[in-house]
Amino acid sequence: MHELGIVFYIIRDVKQTAQEHGVEHVSGVVMNIGEVSTIVPEYLTDCWKWACSKEEMLKGCELKINTIPAVTFCEDCKSEYGTVAHGRTCPRCGSQHTWLLRGNEVEIKEIEVQE
Amino acid sequence: MKVIEIKKSVFADNDMDAAKLRAELRQKGVFLLNLMSSPGSGKTTTLIGTINLLKDKINVAVMEADIDGDVDAVKIKEATGIQSIQLHTGGMCHLDAEMTRQGIDNLDLGGTDLVILENVGNLVCPAEFDTGASANAMILSVPEGHDKPLKYPLMFSVCDLVLVNKIDVLPYFDFDMSKCEEYVHMRNPKAQIIPVCAKTGEGLDRFAAWLLEKVKQQKSNE
Repeated sequence: MHELGIVFYIIRDVKQTAQEHGVEHVSGVVMNIGEVSTIVPEYLTDCWKWACSKEEMLKGCELKINTIPAVTFCEDCKSEYGTVAHGRTCPRCGSQHTWLLRGNEVEIKEIEVQE
Repeated sequence: MKVIEIKKSVFADNDMDAAKLRAELRQKGVFLLNLMSSPGSGKTTTLIGTINLLKDKINVAVMEADIDGDVDAVKIKEATGIQSIQLHTGGMCHLDAEMTRQGIDNLDLGGTDLVILENVGNLVCPAEFDTGASANAMILSVPEGHDKPLKYPLMFSVCDLVLVNKIDVLPYFDFDMSKCEEYVHMRNPKAQIIPVCAKTGEGLDRFAAWLLEKVKQQKSNE
């Protein structure tokens, strides 16, 4: 359900960037979405289709999603491991003393414009 | 095709608005608590009991956020007599800093020490959007289960205080309080936990004392 709210934020930022660059129509938006960002990519693209059809500047604009794999760092044995497979517990030493290195991004990478 | 790089977090603007609002409130000596939880965990009942303990000591105002209706704002006003307004999120599942500011602008802040924002009942989205509050608290009620911190880690990691509500029904549920505390501290070692029962009033004095202390700290930082 929060995907729609996030889409409104994306639209605001994209429109602002387009205006700053004197762009009249944006054909694509590329997002970096972390695996554990709590964003469901399918919901995001569904909300996007609905919301951008209401914006002249974004008619037909495609939302492309780069998935960023989530990686956790273990403070005790200094190893890195996949967060989705192992969660908070380090698979090497069993420590809970771990923190997320990357994978919670909700970031607009770039916009694409037809010349 | 031309590519324009942005490389910016979607939450960046909101985080900036939130930091600004937080600083302004600090200057005014007003403490803003963002209270979150699932629907039906007892936010409004907990607030009524706590506000009635506080209202002779400090000036409290409440902002109720819901998708629709004004039942909660009316309920708070009738039960406590304090300033209470209803915010509508227009279908959105959370409040952001901009919406919180609009709410604050609609309050009479003259003499107000504490504003409590009752966020939309939801354990996911409100945790992602910083409202600009001075502190975050959440209510976990016994029927929801002690494993919620494992399922909604972000919510528990952003909260300074966790109230465990409805402890009067503990004998009827397989709710393990020590497991609950362990899981909360796994997500957030600094989180304080207060078991309460909004219906009987048990533990609300501790929540009230926590709020009084926070209000005092905010004033001394002016």
